[in-house]
Amino acid sequence: MRLEVDITGKTFRSAAGGTHEVLAPIKFALQSGEVGVLIGPSGCGKSTMLRIILGLDHDFAGRVARPPEARVGMVFQEPRLLPWRSVEQNVRLAAPEVTEAKLSELFRILELDAHRSHFPGELSLGLARRVALARAFAVEPDLLVLDEPLASLDDALAGRLRDEIATLVASRPVMTLLVTHSLDDAIRLGDRLFFLSPRPARILAEVPIGIPREARGEAEIAAIKAGLARDVS
Amino acid sequence: MLRLLSFALFLVIWWVAALAVGGAKLPSPPAVLQVMIAEASSGALFLHLGATLARVALAFTLAMSLGSAIGYLMGRVKLADRLGDPWLILLLNLPALVVIVLAYIWAGLTEAAAIAAIAINKLPTAIVTLREGTRALDRSLDEMASVFAMPRWRAFRHVVLPQLAPYIAASARSGLSLVWKIVLVAELLGRPNGVGFEIGVAFQLFDTPRLLAYSLTFAAVVLVIETLLVQPFEARANRWRPRAA
Repeated sequence: MRLEVDITGKTFRSAAGGTHEVLAPIKFALQSGEVGVLIGPSGCGKSTMLRIILGLDHDFAGRVARPPEARVGMVFQEPRLLPWRSVEQNVRLAAPEVTEAKLSELFRILELDAHRSHFPGELSLGLARRVALARAFAVEPDLLVLDEPLASLDDALAGRLRDEIATLVASRPVMTLLVTHSLDDAIRLGDRLFFLSPRPARILAEVPIGIPREARGEAEIAAIKAGLARDVS
Repeated sequence: MLRLLSFALFLVIWWVAALAVGGAKLPSPPAVLQVMIAEASSGALFLHLGATLARVALAFTLAMSLGSAIGYLMGRVKLADRLGDPWLILLLNLPALVVIVLAYIWAGLTEAAAIAAIAINKLPTAIVTLREGTRALDRSLDEMASVFAMPRWRAFRHVVLPQLAPYIAASARSGLSLVWKIVLVAELLGRPNGVGFEIGVAFQLFDTPRLLAYSLTFAAVVLVIETLLVQPFEARANRWRPRAA
């Protein structure tokens, strides 16, 4: 499977009547098994781009080719859980085919066992984010979109979840699109990094990471970071 | 317990007032109770109460289901809102009496005319409430359902309906009280049975104990329905909300 994004522009009409350019021409493609990372300043139009790729926004110029049968798992910036359904129901409603074994495993990994029957209003933001991750994983997605999934989690948990994301990505041929502010997350998870400009967003640089994910130790990561710092400056 | 106390207070005030103004204008609670028992043992009370309840149930169901559907549509589709809005304003401001009289003139003094007239009176408020509810739906959850490719019905049931539940409950509660009031007028004007009909008879005879016996029994039934049906529904719909400590 392959995701092809060829957006030639997106403008937005403000309430005052002016038109604002949100996205400049952007073109990239993503293969199964690949993790693409979008890195850019706040408000550069990343979320708009994600909405277009997910088919939530049709009002743009250009083309997005997404295999129609591709199952989509998404972690939104805010958890977007159904407050009136329990944690387990939230996951099951998005992923009706999930088996009990798979669900138990996800809840164990994400340390949600004790919260299965809780309502989202009873969870901390960190827990709610983990439920959102469980929901996206439970779908067994072909296209996984993560919009800053590790924000507001403590370092230890963020690290574990990052490993889980890496495991999932390795276990299935999934196209992953990650939006993050953290260069560290980007280097640890990404295969190709797309650096975006301030609004209207365009791709400033596309940096492939040659070393396979599982071979990236702390030394390699530091080296990649240093290399990037040299390139960008 | 507190509710019972409040009810007892009501009885006390009533009794004192009855003693003050005299039995002809305001009969005392035992006098009214006596009429209630007499009417109940003859079976008339249940007959009239049953007839009224059946009309309420039919008209209420009709108005709620139709009103909810139209309100949802108007909240979702701009064109429907534009087209429907003038009608809605007209219906909202149409006096109940006009609707009832016109229905009886056009459709005859029939059961269908009565029920349609009552339903038409409740319809616009149901529409307005549900339209507000639909406008307040959380778009971000709609997007979530769409991204996860939830089938339409599942999304409606689990994403939309729970958000509308408080509006439906509010509409049911205000609707029930509205329908109660209007059903009696419709019965008074053109039905040969029901609580409204009996109240009409009592009015012609200036029979206050009878009037109170019927209207209070009726009020008691309303209270029971509110307690046993509307409130549990509301509690269930709201059980996910963290309770105030």
